[in-house]
Amino acid sequence: MGEVKLLGTWPSPFSYRVIWALKLKGIPYEYIEQDLSNKSPLLLQSNPVHKKIPVLIHGGNPIAESVIILQYIEDKWPQNPLLPSDPYEKAVARFWVKFADEKGLSIWKVLRFSGEEQEKGLKESLEMLEVIEEHAPGLGQKKFFGGDKIGMVDLALGQLAHWMGAIEEVTGVQIMEAGKFPRLETWMKNFKEDPVIKENLPEFKDMLAVVKHRRETLLASK
Amino acid sequence: MADDLILLNLWSSPFGMRVRIALAEKGLDYELIEEDLSNKSPLLLKMNPVRKQIPVLIHKGRPICESLIIVQYIDEVWRHKSPLLPSDPYARAKSRFWADYVDKNIYAIGKLVWGATGEIQEAAKKELIEWFKVLEGEVGDKPYFGGDSFGIVDVALIPFYSWFYAVETCGNFSIVAECPKLVSWAKRCMERESVSKSLPDQYKMYCFLLELKTKFQAQ
Repeated sequence: MGEVKLLGTWPSPFSYRVIWALKLKGIPYEYIEQDLSNKSPLLLQSNPVHKKIPVLIHGGNPIAESVIILQYIEDKWPQNPLLPSDPYEKAVARFWVKFADEKGLSIWKVLRFSGEEQEKGLKESLEMLEVIEEHAPGLGQKKFFGGDKIGMVDLALGQLAHWMGAIEEVTGVQIMEAGKFPRLETWMKNFKEDPVIKENLPEFKDMLAVVKHRRETLLASK
Repeated sequence: MADDLILLNLWSSPFGMRVRIALAEKGLDYELIEEDLSNKSPLLLKMNPVRKQIPVLIHKGRPICESLIIVQYIDEVWRHKSPLLPSDPYARAKSRFWADYVDKNIYAIGKLVWGATGEIQEAAKKELIEWFKVLEGEVGDKPYFGGDSFGIVDVALIPFYSWFYAVETCGNFSIVAECPKLVSWAKRCMERESVSKSLPDQYKMYCFLLELKTKFQAQ
């Protein structure tokens, strides 16, 4: 089938989405850490359009954009499916993956800015959490968005379970108040306790240092 | 209704056009309901409570939202006719990549070319031409983005052809001069009945967008 390589950066949640998918399906791969301040020829060749990570290279064929990579992995390796087989349920899952992908970016605005811009990021983040708490199917009834097993929606929302906490600690801004989103809180606990996820999460204190440094650099540059 | 399909739509929406093209490609009957977005129907709000947007496809009473997700759904349920996605996983990934590229860039920038003025418009125009050139590079001399078969990338992009007159007139430039292969591709798509019947006339669209522009500027 050809070897699998993953170009990523630590501790990017987008890289982790792909790592989780590969691990859940038991697919061996070579991870190649990228330096985004000095992009490698391999990265530029594999993703000439966006020049971003993650990029999956399978048998020499590059695939870019984390959600597209997840769908490729799902198509190529059907074991331990990440999407339902029923077309309607699949469409619903894809809707939430898209929602998570687009709206999830709000939490990073809380990190990147201060003052009014940060307020705006916080407001958007809260709206996103409220929508998920109220509307996401299966939440509160099943262990994961994917049902009894982790699925693509869980992977897309994974950054809420781990990275959001680092952003909150570094900025001192509470995005998710305890008790306000009970179903999401339960999901976050279930997600992080899953054996595959648990073994593949960046060490919190190391991630905290990176996130802290990122904020300091960004604020200093303004 | 034979196929039990309802489409909540807006005639001017490029996203709605994508769904209409896909339904036509598959030869499906459906009920078309035109929405008034300034006064959203209870049906729309019930079927898309999260985004409250069109298009929404309702199949046997169940809603599917987001245009490209709807197109993929249609393709999967009615797989036997005119497939819009290839079956090979890598080819599928490439199709999804380019459809996603169109989704992320063309609408927002195009809107600024017909909707804004001055420096913002100029910058948007330059960016739009850049994105069009990348897309032109990707389709090249092929009949369609996926090769010989009309597919999801074509479906994702061709509705924006209805914006060409507006964008050229407001932005004062010629798309065929900048991207001749892209225009050849667009004209080839327009030869398909599914496309020509789903896209409004470019001049009608121009008048409509000018009205919108006036409204934005008044705000």
